[in-house]
Amino acid sequence: MSVDYDTATINPALAVSGVSKTYRVRGRDRKTVTAVDDVSFTIPPGAAVGLVGASGSGKSTLAKMITGSERPSAGEIRYGDTSVGRLHAGGLRRLHHQVQMVFQDPYGALNPLHTVEYTVTRPVQNFLGLSAAQARDRVSELLETVGLTPASQFAPKLPHQLSGGQRQRVLIARALGSEPALIVADEPVSMLDVSLRAGVLKLLADLRRQRGLSLLYITHDLLSARLVTDEILVLNSGRIVEQGPTKQVLQHPTHSYTIQLLNAVPNPFAATAKDGK
Amino acid sequence: MTIITTAVPPPEAPGSAVRVPGGAAGPVPGPLRFIGRALRTLWSNGKARTGMIILGLIILVAVFAPLIAPHSPTATSFTPYQGPSGTNLLGTTGNGQDVFSQLIFGARVSLIVGLIAGGLATLVAVTFGLISGYRPGLVDEVLGFVTNLALVIPALPLMIILAAYLQNRSVWTIVLVVAFTGWATGARVIRSQTVTLRTREFVTSAAFSGERLFRVVFREILPNMTSLVAASFFSAATAAVLAEASLEFLGLGNPATVSWGTILYAAEQQNALLTGQWLMVLAPGLAIVLLMVSFTLINFGVDALSNPRLREK
Amino acid sequence: MALLEARGVNVVYEPSRGQRIWSVRDVDLTLEQGEFVGLVGESGCGKTTLGYALTRMLRPPARLESGVITFDGTDISSLTGERLRRQRRNGFALVLQSGMNALNPVRSIGRQFGDVLKAHARSGDDLSADGIRRRGTALLESVRLDAGMLGRFPHELSGGMRQRVSIAQAVMATIKDLQRERGFTAVLISHDLGTVLEATDRVMVMYAGRIVEDQPSAVMAHGLHHPYTEALLSCYGDPRADEVRIGGIPGTPPDLSLPNTGCSFEPRCPLAEDICRTADPPLAALEPGRAACHVRARAGHVEMEAGSVR
Repeated sequence: MSVDYDTATINPALAVSGVSKTYRVRGRDRKTVTAVDDVSFTIPPGAAVGLVGASGSGKSTLAKMITGSERPSAGEIRYGDTSVGRLHAGGLRRLHHQVQMVFQDPYGALNPLHTVEYTVTRPVQNFLGLSAAQARDRVSELLETVGLTPASQFAPKLPHQLSGGQRQRVLIARALGSEPALIVADEPVSMLDVSLRAGVLKLLADLRRQRGLSLLYITHDLLSARLVTDEILVLNSGRIVEQGPTKQVLQHPTHSYTIQLLNAVPNPFAATAKDGK
Repeated sequence: MTIITTAVPPPEAPGSAVRVPGGAAGPVPGPLRFIGRALRTLWSNGKARTGMIILGLIILVAVFAPLIAPHSPTATSFTPYQGPSGTNLLGTTGNGQDVFSQLIFGARVSLIVGLIAGGLATLVAVTFGLISGYRPGLVDEVLGFVTNLALVIPALPLMIILAAYLQNRSVWTIVLVVAFTGWATGARVIRSQTVTLRTREFVTSAAFSGERLFRVVFREILPNMTSLVAASFFSAATAAVLAEASLEFLGLGNPATVSWGTILYAAEQQNALLTGQWLMVLAPGLAIVLLMVSFTLINFGVDALSNPRLREK
Repeated sequence: MALLEARGVNVVYEPSRGQRIWSVRDVDLTLEQGEFVGLVGESGCGKTTLGYALTRMLRPPARLESGVITFDGTDISSLTGERLRRQRRNGFALVLQSGMNALNPVRSIGRQFGDVLKAHARSGDDLSADGIRRRGTALLESVRLDAGMLGRFPHELSGGMRQRVSIAQAVMATIKDLQRERGFTAVLISHDLGTVLEATDRVMVMYAGRIVEDQPSAVMAHGLHHPYTEALLSCYGDPRADEVRIGGIPGTPPDLSLPNTGCSFEPRCPLAEDICRTADPPLAALEPGRAACHVRARAGHVEMEAGSVR
């Protein structure tokens, strides 16, 4: 590849300080639901941080606030000099040049009527100011980077013509299109068959290493978190209950919720030791 | 901490198990090819095919009216109030005009009004529906209120008032009046669908890709509503045909126009049913119904239009 | 006598004219009374289709092309109409994958239970409003849900379940307890081999419409198995280990609209030999169960060496 990726330029840290999010629930009982409760952490440039918790733990809400899709009810999210919670349309668009998201559902996150080429071209064209020919070349490169080779075979395909793993790779290629510094990956492999996960996780890890990307990896599955992240935060009911270097937290968990999450990881090799069959 | 894959994933062929193996699709086809394929999709549905055939025949009749009709529709050269005969297959009007020729030429007006008024109503419905569905808040509330108002006001009385009030009596007045009263249902439906689509992840992703509002609405959301828009159009066109005929029948159109509705108007004026000229009532009535049925039948096949497989190859 | 026996089951799926996709190919299986069996495979392997075929729930454009299915001694493969419905009423139930989609969103849980109870009613059943409420409450309590949910709607349920760390495990545990109480036979269809092995007595692995392995769950984690099973197992790992490695399986499953020669897994198999390209391996003995692999057939049994993990 002859393209120059200058990782030394814009790659600031993400700082989440005292962030909370409450919702007022409509309906018979007027309750307030606290989805995120006083969460603080930072993602230094180039780091891979995991946000783990079961569904309802608040991790998706946190991801939405970090990417600007929702506003925090309290606290602040700073990406470099920018306060993410105060951005509007134009500012959000500029933010997405730096902060991109890989979604969970590879089929739902792709417009069923658009080809792979169109989908990956949009961020390239919107953010990088390339000519049509340059954009086309860049898209081919991106497709090859994520393992969809030869690019010419995949570019004209529609989502329903691809397998789950291939669709997820398209999502990653699209996320890379704007040349982001931070990628927020929300359960990127949980909807994939297990045999496809290693490939996608390896891709994420490689990309992070090669491009100096920061990664916020959100999941309920501790195995993939262990494989991809250096540090993890365990989230329960909107609060951080444990955090630290990934290997250390998983080998020496201190909070009962972390232990519950560890027990939830399917492990066929431990199964045969269990009683009651 | 290591990840090991057994090998670098080779170029993967698509298609596994239940998924239909697609060949290499070409670049997104232009509008012409899309229409061609849309027609083929509609054709594959039995009911829609029947509807298309009927509509096709009516269109042919309208286009070749001068060749098909035995006489001029407006020439008052025949004996008035005659029943069906060799010369005048459906009899004559009180002015001595040939009803059959009027029926043939009348297809033009019904088609034009049906398609154009239907098209206009759908255009308004799509605009209102998309805008109010995509932007919750004040805009949605205001447009929603206007839509509900338009829905609640009875269409026929409103049409009658408008048509009676407007000085310029022509087919185009009718088109505008019908379009003006026929957009609300479509707007409601399109708004609902827009609200559903707006939360779909590929729409949110479009924002992440830097797309602006216009592109998100017209390139992401609207194309996924093709079936709905087509269905709205055919519904609106059906209603428009009936509305036009009703207005003409009530004498609110230009009596010089030749249309199925004016035939019925003339029939009413000359008490056709009492004088035994029931064909003069039956024929245009049947023609109106036939046109409306053809639109409705085509509507049955419209669901398949939003299928992404239409854009393959 | 086995509870369910299937011989030579083939299911073909015809989405449009001229297209035939063989979703289930030549499946033989047996279910004994009281077993908890897992049917595992990845997307497109045909496991859900097989589940539908066994319960006679296939809908066009899918159909049972050939095969005999015997339930409790009765041949159900050719039953239709009322006789089939009666069989379903008394014989078996299908719990579908997507909970939210299987429940009617505009009817309360209690009313939906009522529908089911009335449809499956036997003579002597109490179908009064009180009787249904009582039975509905008993049903909810048996799956450890609060009786108050009878009046709620499906979309109001998930809130209570939110706090469970692993819903899959909770569900599995509930099924196992109920099974111990009531002695029914259960088939669990899943793509997750790891979770299934933890809960079931026996597992059948499917690939490209075929059953490629059938073993007691206890022996799956060790020894020799069908290469696909071994590859699947390698995708799991223990996040607590000092060094964590997981594998993936490159390539994609074969196109099921084409006839196949040889073993369907051969293109992706690390053990492939010449014979694998030409001859389709039958489900042969790989004690204590079976596997469809030429190479493993030579061994004849799962070699259980202490500590051998593949």
